[in-house]
Order: sequence, then structure tokens, then C-alpha cells
Amino acid sequence: MSQSLSSIARFSASDLFKGKGQPGGRVAPFVVILLAVTVLASAANLLLPESSPFYVSTYTITLLGKYLSYAMLALAVDVIWGYCGILSLGHGAFFALGGYAMGVYLMRQIGDRGVYGHPELPDFMVFLDWSELPWYWLGMDQFWFAMLMVLAVPGLLAYIFGWLAFRSRVTGVYLSIMTQALTYALLLAFFRNEMGFGGNNGLTDFKDILGFDLQSDTTRVALFAITALMLALTFITSHWIMQSRLGKVVVAIRDGEARARFLGYRTDNFKVWLFVYSAMIAAIAGALYVPQVGIINPGEFSPINSIEIVIWVAVGGRGTLIGAIVGALLVNYAKTRFTAIMPDGWLFALGALFVLVTLFLPKGLVGVFSQLTERWFLMRNRSQVKNSSAEESDKPLSTGAQASAGVQTKEASV
Amino acid sequence: MSALENLTAEGKEMLRRDQVWPFLMPKQQAVDVSHQVILYVEGLNLSFDGFKALNDLNLYINDGELRCLIGANGAGKTTLMDVITGKTQCDSGTVYFGQNHNLLERSEPEIAELGIGRKFQKPTVFEAHTVFDNLELSLKTNKGVMPTLLARLTPTQLDRIDQVLEIIGLKEQRFLLAGALSHGQKQWLEIGMLLVSEPRLLLIDEPVAGMTAQETERTAELLTSLAGEHTVIVVEHDMEFVRSIARTVTVLHQGSVLAEGTMDQVQNNKDVIEVYLGEEA
Ligand SMILES: Nc1ncnc2c1ncn2[C@@H]1O[C@H](COP(=O)(O)OP(=O)(O)OP(=O)(O)O)[C@@H](O)[C@H]1O
Ligand SMILES: [Mg+2]
Repeated sequence: MSQSLSSIARFSASDLFKGKGQPGGRVAPFVVILLAVTVLASAANLLLPESSPFYVSTYTITLLGKYLSYAMLALAVDVIWGYCGILSLGHGAFFALGGYAMGVYLMRQIGDRGVYGHPELPDFMVFLDWSELPWYWLGMDQFWFAMLMVLAVPGLLAYIFGWLAFRSRVTGVYLSIMTQALTYALLLAFFRNEMGFGGNNGLTDFKDILGFDLQSDTTRVALFAITALMLALTFITSHWIMQSRLGKVVVAIRDGEARARFLGYRTDNFKVWLFVYSAMIAAIAGALYVPQVGIINPGEFSPINSIEIVIWVAVGGRGTLIGAIVGALLVNYAKTRFTAIMPDGWLFALGALFVLVTLFLPKGLVGVFSQLTERWFLMRNRSQVKNSSAEESDKPLSTGAQASAGVQTKEASV
Repeated sequence: MSALENLTAEGKEMLRRDQVWPFLMPKQQAVDVSHQVILYVEGLNLSFDGFKALNDLNLYINDGELRCLIGANGAGKTTLMDVITGKTQCDSGTVYFGQNHNLLERSEPEIAELGIGRKFQKPTVFEAHTVFDNLELSLKTNKGVMPTLLARLTPTQLDRIDQVLEIIGLKEQRFLLAGALSHGQKQWLEIGMLLVSEPRLLLIDEPVAGMTAQETERTAELLTSLAGEHTVIVVEHDMEFVRSIARTVTVLHQGSVLAEGTMDQVQNNKDVIEVYLGEEA
């Protein structure tokens, strides 16, 4: 008995890197690949001459950085939707708020280099005849304070929204509609000039970040690399959370919230904090996105954006962190390609993709992939069993073998 | 001057390290069962759109008792459990756990925390989790967000889970997904989830539905062995089963108590024969 106990203890200690049970749930391979690609792409941009066939253009670097921030956004949606069953159709709002916080910081870095040359006010405020900065722009010239706001503003909004919604036990479609309403309300608000965020045009014409020129190759590469690092970091953190007992509670809430309550879990608290965590990841993604694309405007709040994120996650495979990331990367690559050929057709293509995935790949691409590898494993095991069954058949299974057999059955039935 | 001294004295009192500030004191108190009764249900009324599911229902359960609740379909047995566990609000009446805990003003998690565990009529286990994880989630631990995030299984908890796995006979299936279990095994797992949480009072709704005769027998043994240390309320339609475990039986009919007593007393009760057992005979 004590032997079997210690085998369980070992099992749970080592599962951080084993990706217990989930298809594609392993952390290390993805992080290694991500960082390797980042280093290679960065080196190819900075060290190789433009004539080299392996040279990676700065345009490509920026594009990759943009994809990676989308991947982070997808990760945020997956945490809340795939694991907790809360279909948020408003995560674009947290992304945009994070982006606006970064945008305000970047605006303040312009200083007197604007078109109107005002020492402090951004161009659009001069244009509106404003005489001083609104109070909520104060302090935003400090990088640390701006970064704090990147997290605090969306985090607080998510907390208040979640507290109200989850406490009154709003779930399902109603909750999704509320999240759409949230992002739509913000869209309308940010369109107004009186909001003090540049209205229709948003914030743009950024010059530099922390004193580094935003147009230079090195800054671009650095931003891309930082995005990759943050993606890796949020990926590892999310994985750790989902493997902890809290992660199990979250999945339990998804599959039987009433049951979880009867076990003594205050499920609304769990949902609120997970929602806040997810909103903060989305906000970081937004803050990394803005300096790379060079603009943030109210369009980022549009409800359709939030729906697109959900489609990325569905295509990749919800409920697996890696699936969300892969889905975001692939769909956005396809979008870049597709819009170059047929700019007006993209929404139709996206809709069709969503329908196809929902009908034929309920577990997304990662689900298909893990099914294939499983089949392969099963086949290999079967042939191995055939070879060794002669000598092993009368020996009782060791506990370790039992445990791993158990894990496999688990995987097979996921 | 003395006022100041008083103030500092009070301040010192406030900062005493061997005491917890009143507002930080856990509100939890032990269940007061000095009158041997652990559950008081009095004058409970509940109607769904005019239909009286519970009708002036009175029920007292003694500490350590094993009580069977029987009654025809729709008699209100499950609804009664819903009210006790905080799932459904009643229209009027009182429900006390011991003498000191008014259950009607508490939420489901608070009621669970007090030590009331429940098995549902339709087995509800977390299908995407393994048998082991289902039990881990049910452990009697701090269920706050942060403690859950940082939780690690202690050797005692592992032992407890192992014991329960042994009791419910799912040792071999510990790493199997709960969704892959048979109906009877799910029933057992749910009972196991109750056991690891070490509740004072167990509410068990139709535990043997879908079980084989052998499994039913083992369930009967298990439930009888639990009584004494725990208080158990069992709802069941299987009369054979009820007869094998029952000491006191309460018959519900149209939302109120029709009869109460030993199995023989109840079976010979005229009203009961008329409305319930009569149907079968
Ligand atoms: N949420 C609800 N809304 C409307 N009616 C309800 C609701 N829940 C229960 N009822 C009704 O209340 C009555 C009592 O139901 P309850 O589930 O308590 O019966 P039961 O004694 O558990 O029966 P069974 O033996 O079939 O489980 C039934 O007539 C049922 O239709
Ligand atoms: Mg019932």
C-alpha cells in the first residue's frame, strides 16, 4: 500500500512536464520550439545581410509579433472558455483596453514632436482645443505606471463584471450576450472625442518606447522577442494553474457547477478570479500588440473581433492551451494570405471554417493530432505486448505499470 | 490620563498575538446536538407554480441515525433534499442543522462546509476527471481560491483516498476517467466522494438504482456501517433494500409526512397501504 502511495506522489510531482492526460498538454516542447524560432528569426533579421536567402524582413518580424500577441489573446479566451465553460464574446475589450493603456504611454512619449508641436498635449487634444491633459492621462508618461494600468484597468473591469454576472448566476448564452454588450458599449464610448482617447482615429504616430525608436529594426526585433517570452510565460503559468487543484476545480465547474457547490466550492469566486486572470493576459497581449502595429483605435472593441478569437480557439482545439495558440497562429496566417487575394471574402471564409470545425472537428486540430498519435501508440504497444506477453503474462503488473496503463486509458477516452 | 491608559491597554489587548480579532474569527461553530436531534425540519412549504411540492412538512432526524425516506414518485423527497442543501428556496418553514445552524440562510458551499454531503438521484460525478481526482476534489480541506491553487496532497489525505478507493472497490480504476465508469460504479464513486469529505450528515438519493443485486448488498452494508458516527438519510424505491437497512422509515406523500416508524409499523399502516404500498400489492 505504501508503495502505491509513493507512486501516486511521484506521479503528481512530475506531471508539470508530463501534461497529464490532456492531448497536447506538454509544456516544454512548445516553449523550446517557440524560443528557438524567436532566436533564429531575430538573428536572421539582425545579423544577415538583406541579400541573404535566409534574411527575415522586419515586416515579417512585426507580423510574427502580431501573431504571437493574438496567440496570447487566444490563450486568455481558452482559459475561460475551454476550461471553465464561460463563453466570453467580449475578450477583445480587455485586449483593447490593455492596448489603449500602452497607447496613452506611447502618446506621452511623443512630447513636442507632434504636428502642432505642443509640449505636452497630443495632437488630437490640441485640435479639440483642450488646454490641459485629462486627469486619467496623468502619470501615464511613466512606463511602470502605464504598465500597472495595463493590468489594473482591464483587471478591475473584469472583476466588477464577473462579480456582478457570476454572483447573480448568469450563465450560458445570456453571459455571452452580456460580454458582447460590454465590448460594444466600450466601442461606442471610445468613438466619442469627449472620452479623451482620440475618438474615431484612436492613438497613433508613436515615436519611441523607453527611449528606443519604434521604427528601428532592433526595437522591432526586441518587441517581437518580448512578445514571444510573454507568450511562453503566460503559457507556463496557465499550464501550472490548470494542473493544480484549482484547475481541476475549474474543469469541475465547467462540467457540473451545482455539484462543485455542493462539495463546498464557492464557484462564483473561482469564476471571478479566473476571469480576471484571463482578462489580464488579454490586456498584456493588447499592450504588446499596439507598439508593433503602431495604432490603436476603437475598431479593436468591435464585437466581431471578439467572435474571431473564439473561432481561433475552436479551430485549434479548446480546452488545450496549445490548441488555442496553434489555432490563433494558423487562422491569422490564413487571414493574411486570404485577404491579400480576396479582401472581402475573409468573413465568409471564417464563418465557413467555424461551421466545418464545429461539425467535423469538435476537438479542433489538436484533437485530431492527438487522436492520430494515440492510434499510433496503441498500435505500437500492441505489437510490443505480442512480443513480450510470453514471459510477462503470469507476473502481476507492477504499480508503476498499472499507473501508466491507467494514464493511457485516460488519454484514450478523452 | 486614565483614559489614555485605558486606550493603550485596549490597544495592547487588540494586538495580543495569542488572540484572533473578532471579525477574523471563523463563524463556524460546532453543530449543537445536545438534544440528540441533528436535523430539524418544521412546517416546510414550497410550491412550484401553485403545485405544492412540500406541504407543511415536519421531520426530525436524530444524531447518528439511519433514516429511510420512501414515497411514490413526485412525493417531494428530492425537493426536500434540495431545500436542506440550499439548492431550492422554500416558501416558509424552518430547517436547522443541530440547534444552532439555520440552513435556510446559507448558501450551498456553506452548507457543505458545515458537514452536509449529498448524493444526487442521477449520479453526478465529474466525468472529465479521473476517479482519483474526483475524490481529491471532495476532500475536506480549505476550499478557498488561493488554498486550492497551492494545494498539495498530504500523506494523510492520500491514505484517506486510498482507504475510500478500497471501500468503494474502485482501486483498479483510480486513473480511469469517471465518465468511463458503469452506472453502478458512478453511484459508488459518488458515495466515495461523500465519504472522503467526512460529513456529519449524508443525504443519499436513490443509491442503488442501476446496481446489481451484489452491489446493492454491499451498499446496504456500507450505509449501515456509516450510521452511528454519521447521520444518514436515504431515499430509495427498492423496498427490499430499504427493509435490509431501515430502522426508522418515513413515508412522504404529496409533500408531507404520511407515516413514520419501523418498517413493519409502516407497512401495516392503513394510510400507507392505501396510497403507496397498496399500489404494488
Ligand atoms: N424545479 C421544479 N419546477 C416545477 N416542479 C418541480 C420542480 N422540481 C420538482 N418539481 C415537482 O415537485 C414534485 C416533487 O418532486 P421530487 O423530485 O421531489 O419527487 P421525488 O419524491 O424525488 O420523486 P422520485 O421518486 O421520482 O425521485 C414533482 O411533482 C415534480 O414534478
Ligand atoms: Mg427524487
